[in-house]
Amino acid sequence: MSLSIQNLRANIGDREILKGLNLEVPKGEVHAIMGKNGSGKSTLAKVMAGHPSYEVTSGDVLLDGRSLLEMEPDECSRSGLFLAFQYPMEIPGVTIANFLRAALQARLPEGEEIDAVAYYKDLYAKMDALKIDRSFTSRSVNDGFSGGEKKRCEILQMAMLKPSYAVLDETDSGLDIDALKIVSEGVNALRGPDTGFLVITHYQRLLNYIVPDVVHVMVDGRIVLSGDKSLALKLEAEGYDWVEKEAAAAA
Amino acid sequence: MSTDTKPDIAIDRSVGDFRYDVDYEYDAGVGLSEKTIDYIADVKGDPDWIRRFRQDAFRKFKEMPMPTHWASPDLNNIVFENIRYYLSKGTQPKRSWDEVPEEMKLTFERLGIPEQERKFLAGVEAQFDSEAAYSNIKAAVGEQGVIFVGSTEGLHKHPEIFRKWFGKVIPTGDNKFSALNSAVFSGGSFIYVPPGVKVKHPLQAYFRINAESFGQFERTLIIADEGSEVMYMEGCTAPKFETSTLHSAVVELVALKGAKIQYVTVQNWSPNVFNLVTKRGLAHEEAEIKWIDCNIGSRLTMKYPGVVMKGRKARGEVISIALASDGQHQDTGAKMIHAADETTSNIVSKSISVGSGRATYRGLVHVPKHLKGCKNNTECDALLINAHSRTDTYPAITVRGQGNACQHEASVSQISEEQIFYMQQRGIPEGAAMSLAVNGFVNDLVQQFPMEYSVELKRLIDLEMEGSVG
Repeated sequence: MSLSIQNLRANIGDREILKGLNLEVPKGEVHAIMGKNGSGKSTLAKVMAGHPSYEVTSGDVLLDGRSLLEMEPDECSRSGLFLAFQYPMEIPGVTIANFLRAALQARLPEGEEIDAVAYYKDLYAKMDALKIDRSFTSRSVNDGFSGGEKKRCEILQMAMLKPSYAVLDETDSGLDIDALKIVSEGVNALRGPDTGFLVITHYQRLLNYIVPDVVHVMVDGRIVLSGDKSLALKLEAEGYDWVEKEAAAAA
Repeated sequence: MSTDTKPDIAIDRSVGDFRYDVDYEYDAGVGLSEKTIDYIADVKGDPDWIRRFRQDAFRKFKEMPMPTHWASPDLNNIVFENIRYYLSKGTQPKRSWDEVPEEMKLTFERLGIPEQERKFLAGVEAQFDSEAAYSNIKAAVGEQGVIFVGSTEGLHKHPEIFRKWFGKVIPTGDNKFSALNSAVFSGGSFIYVPPGVKVKHPLQAYFRINAESFGQFERTLIIADEGSEVMYMEGCTAPKFETSTLHSAVVELVALKGAKIQYVTVQNWSPNVFNLVTKRGLAHEEAEIKWIDCNIGSRLTMKYPGVVMKGRKARGEVISIALASDGQHQDTGAKMIHAADETTSNIVSKSISVGSGRATYRGLVHVPKHLKGCKNNTECDALLINAHSRTDTYPAITVRGQGNACQHEASVSQISEEQIFYMQQRGIPEGAAMSLAVNGFVNDLVQQFPMEYSVELKRLIDLEMEGSVG
């Protein structure tokens, strides 16, 4: 059981961003992808989730053996893939409570209604754990939220939707240290044998809180190096130049 | 990558799109002439002053040009000679559903009217083509002295009130279509609420067009006497025909000192209906008139509910939602005429344009120089769903004099591909995501609708948005 990315190539317009990327995240593990700006990290996240602006030219993304590339974005989600956005979208007039309810309702068979009492109980418990004020349920999704509130709201959605694989795209960006701790605790609470995580980050800092099993380094649309958590520390201390040189030498 | 990848949205009007064959007893035939006017006046047993009122109006209608110098040229596609102006099975509405002719009863049952009446309404009038098939008011409300009858019964049985206000808020020659209505009007409601009476539950009228190439011209007059309160709701549907249908109503409201009238419309005409309606209220001292107007259907709607604030501290409000789908033009807005000191008006308009749909907002706010302490607030927001959807705003604001204030805000937004992707990434299918976003856009206004209507409205928007997606 894994999230498996196989020789993935993808373009936006005429520009190739992902250039034959291979990566395997077994269920129950936390993998991190680090890389410089422009290396294709966020593109990878969006391509996996089926964003319509990207064109996949070859390769595949398999979620427990099922190809995600054949699916609409909403099917990818219901199949178990969650993407925590780097820039979560604002949906004016749609409350968090109604939004999550619609998302959960979409997972039920036709004709079955969500149990409202159980839903709110679950929602409030998870909001409390993430230190999100309960009044947020009646606020519009991300509308007028601070950066930290948006990211906590992403983790709340993840906790409610219980994905089998979650991709966290730069979840640490824009967070102060307190918010970072809360968000990390939220992620760590979901760690377990039933969930795989792919944590995309620019900085090593996040990985002090969400300790990865494997760290991958992405350069120019490919994974060029993988290692344990010490790799993140080395990147933090020495930068990316040495990885790029090694990658160039290997090519 | 296409800039407009959203799928076209088909219109699902299955709710109102059905019809029964009816044998009409009275039929004015096709076309409009003096004879048509006489026929209608004869069938309805009009008193002489109404007959003269009709004839005078018909002359004005013929003289007045189509307002195509500012309005849509689509108006020229109305062929007045091809329309039937009066169709009924008799002029007397029934007081009990059991007595209503079977095909009409079935129609209203399918539309859920008797059920709504039992649940939450103080009275119902159900108009089928030219005349009300059913009209009834709950006994408790009637005992308070509230009159709720059809316009014909109103003018026959309550001439002392009817004649005093009829045609006074909207003069016959206000526009070409108010003249047409005045010439051939039939049906609509007459309501009188005595001083101090607060009608707790809404009174509802339902307007149903059943016949093809037909024109419906109801005429509604509501008078709320001093300190009284009433809410009136109207719904409308028609089956979809190949030929065009005309609906041209005139609605006059009079709120006497300290009275409150709320008038709620949910218009869901089929896309062959020209919906050209004149609605205006006269608010006396400290009175309040609020139009809550929702336009979802029709081919072309032209409707600008207005309030003339005639007395000191009178208030006028228009809350409107328009949804223009493929091939539709919703040309709506509001008119606020301040005619006394310390009068306040508020206009909040939200429109949604889908596919080739076009939404136009026209707003008139008039505060003359000699008045003091008047305030107007206007907000109009447009949402465009597809790249070729269209919206236009034509505000006409004349605020003169010292100490009068006016505030105007307008916005145009689009549901972005990124928003839809975000919602889809949470598992919500594309159609439902669009629907959620559109409902979110109008959410604050829908809150102001009576519960039963806000549920209906959400359902209609869901149907519109989900149509063929998925």
